[in-house]
Amino acid sequence: MRMSLNKIIQRLLEYATIGLFILILATFGLLSPQFFTLQNLINVLIQASSLAIIATGMTFVLLTAGIDLSVGSVMFLAGVISGKMVVSGAPLWLACIIVLITGIVYGFMNAFFIYRFKIIPFIVTLATFYMGRGLGLYLSDTRAINLPEPFLQIGSAKFLGVPFPNVNMVLVVAIAHIFLTKTAFGRQIYAVGNNADKARKAGLPVNNILLSVYLICGFCAATGGLVAIAQLGAISPTFGIQSEFMAIAAAVLGGTSLFGGKGKVFPGTVVGAIMIQALQSGLVMVNADPYLYPLITGGVIFLIVLIDSIRHKERIKHRRLKVTV
Amino acid sequence: MLLEVKNITKSFGGNKVLKGINFSLQEGRTIGLVGENGAGKSTLMNILGGIIPASDGQLNLNGEVFSPQSPNESLDAGIAFIHQELNLFPNLSILENLFLNNFPRKKIAGISFINKKEAIGKALALLQQVGLDERPQTLVENLSPAQKQLLEIAKALANSPRIIIFDEPTTSLTRHETGKLFELIGRLKSRMIAMVYISHNLEDVIQLADDIVVLRDGNLVNSYTKENGYRLDKIVNDMVGRDMEQFFPLRKSTPRDDTLLQINQLTAPGIARDISFSVKKQEVVGFYGLVGAGRSEVARLIYGLEAFETGEISWKGKTVANPSPAKWIKERVAFLTEDRREEGLLLGQNLEKNIGLAALPQLTFSPVRIINRHHLRSAAREKADATKTKYQSLTGQLVSTLSGGNQQKVVLSKWLLTDPELLIMDEPTKGIDIGAKHEIYGLINRLVESGAGIMLISSEIEELLGLCDRIMVMNQGRISAEFNKGQFNRSDILEAALHTEKQH
Repeated sequence: MRMSLNKIIQRLLEYATIGLFILILATFGLLSPQFFTLQNLINVLIQASSLAIIATGMTFVLLTAGIDLSVGSVMFLAGVISGKMVVSGAPLWLACIIVLITGIVYGFMNAFFIYRFKIIPFIVTLATFYMGRGLGLYLSDTRAINLPEPFLQIGSAKFLGVPFPNVNMVLVVAIAHIFLTKTAFGRQIYAVGNNADKARKAGLPVNNILLSVYLICGFCAATGGLVAIAQLGAISPTFGIQSEFMAIAAAVLGGTSLFGGKGKVFPGTVVGAIMIQALQSGLVMVNADPYLYPLITGGVIFLIVLIDSIRHKERIKHRRLKVTV
Repeated sequence: MLLEVKNITKSFGGNKVLKGINFSLQEGRTIGLVGENGAGKSTLMNILGGIIPASDGQLNLNGEVFSPQSPNESLDAGIAFIHQELNLFPNLSILENLFLNNFPRKKIAGISFINKKEAIGKALALLQQVGLDERPQTLVENLSPAQKQLLEIAKALANSPRIIIFDEPTTSLTRHETGKLFELIGRLKSRMIAMVYISHNLEDVIQLADDIVVLRDGNLVNSYTKENGYRLDKIVNDMVGRDMEQFFPLRKSTPRDDTLLQINQLTAPGIARDISFSVKKQEVVGFYGLVGAGRSEVARLIYGLEAFETGEISWKGKTVANPSPAKWIKERVAFLTEDRREEGLLLGQNLEKNIGLAALPQLTFSPVRIINRHHLRSAAREKADATKTKYQSLTGQLVSTLSGGNQQKVVLSKWLLTDPELLIMDEPTKGIDIGAKHEIYGLINRLVESGAGIMLISSEIEELLGLCDRIMVMNQGRISAEFNKGQFNRSDILEAALHTEKQH
């Protein structure tokens, strides 16, 4: 009896986050009739693309029980560099490539300090978070950069009738999903996240795996930043602020554990990102006080993380029961 | 000859842990490797498994020199190592655990993907060989300890090994499951696979091994062959190195009538059920059982490190409600945890800080409780000397630089400084060398002679037989038997620990 009760609790916890969100969305639907219109849902999907891409990269890092706080700064820094280039006459394609390279270099820097000097990811990426933002502000003289028309055209372009941001999101997510589930390297990421020591003993290339997840995360952050910039048309000094927390929240909401080794990009993280975007749009539609946004978003993220840690505790207890009784 | 171990020597720093080991292994034969903790069994097998290199000596595999630099090299050479702590990833499936390092692959558009169909086919074949009846897609976290053990063997078989090393494979298995494992080992043997079997359970080793090699303090002290017959008492003597009476010094005191600790019907669901016992003044009460039987858990419940549901704990006749380490330290009850590195020591601090830790309140003066440095220093030195801790400097040396035995002595010094009336010790001699062990036994006796009581948890039956006034045996969260000094009997105690109730 006790065992089955435990199982029921576990099951409930697994779906608690989803249930919570259905509740929130239903409330929005009741308060604002426009919330459930097709146009609004499409808007939510378009706006969620950038976050979903960044959160996909974040999922890789979280799977290894790491964390990357620098993604928002990467978005900003990469954006500033490319914006400066385009404004001074460089071709658009070159700017885009530089953005992606910036992301990868940034990821490499994070990974290098983490595994070469054995500094915990939280501290390393906290430092690079400030450095990236600072460098970006320095380069842009803390002024917004207005982008020329061609940049905006990408943002509103369509491919086979599907908006560009969504095409991008689908591509990134599909590649990430296949990589994680169908390749040996992908499965090894899960092993490292469960127990890096064991993985090393099992002969897995642990350092390479850690290096690659931070590269992937940096790359995704730059890509996501590019998608967002193309929609906004300008890079303000606050661009990308708090994106790291949104990305972590989206991944955890989608079932990725902060303790590593558990989680999925699809449907998990993507659904998480869409839900967070829906929450933001919903708050706008019901005319909530803008000062309340962070409070509400923060409260929801707190609840999710709380549920995740309870879920983790339940798992440990569950394992222990098997040993003794 | 499949494998020859020639004059293998290993030193860590200046500490020689293996001193010129020689033996050989033929195809299809099983060697039982026995010895106390710290005798050098694991080190020897780690050299064979490519985890650490030998300092000197040579391995010959099939007549050729073999010096593995990594676990993968040993694996490729046909040596599979099944560790005591299973190397499985619970968040992955059986199939993924089997092939984590060498998935069958297929190329699509130049990119290499896992060939799931081939992997499932191979996995099913392996699972069938070891008799594990589960779908390859099942997550490992849903398997029982015995099933995990089988999976670990299947993993070893995936590399078609010629030698398999088993390190304590039966610690978390029930007797029935152990029987199944032995049948499997028999089948592997008939396929001419050679095996090295390490176990503390001498009965098991005697049943399985064609040859038995005894290690002590890094020396190969004796070897036996099945053809010539085994004698348990001789093997035990070889392991311990002296007669039991000599090794466990006699105590000049007997238990008194005043009860220190009384436990009544202590229950924590899933951890322990109906635990009742007492510890008297000047008494040593031992706890024996398999790993996972709930011994450490009972100690942790008593000390307030985990919560219990029902039952009563009383100290000198008074009920202790909501026990906590702080309360127990005040009552002069100490707890040496099993995991001394994680829970017993501040590894990055010096000896003095570690030794002073639990008794700090007594080493202070003035109402704001400033630490009396002078007092602390002399007290720490006195206890470190009393426990015969070998150190260079109390303040200039980090505890992490000490050997396992000396680290344990630092933990003991810390608790001695609180002048304990009751000492709960969880595996106090685990992983420490035989000399340090002997000194710890002596220390236990001196403590008891001076009036303390001791609750001693140990997996080494000899240790309990040599030190205890009473032995409680735990099995699946319950106390299954109690033995008084004078009626101690190895096989009865083992029986009480191993015997399993019918599984539901």
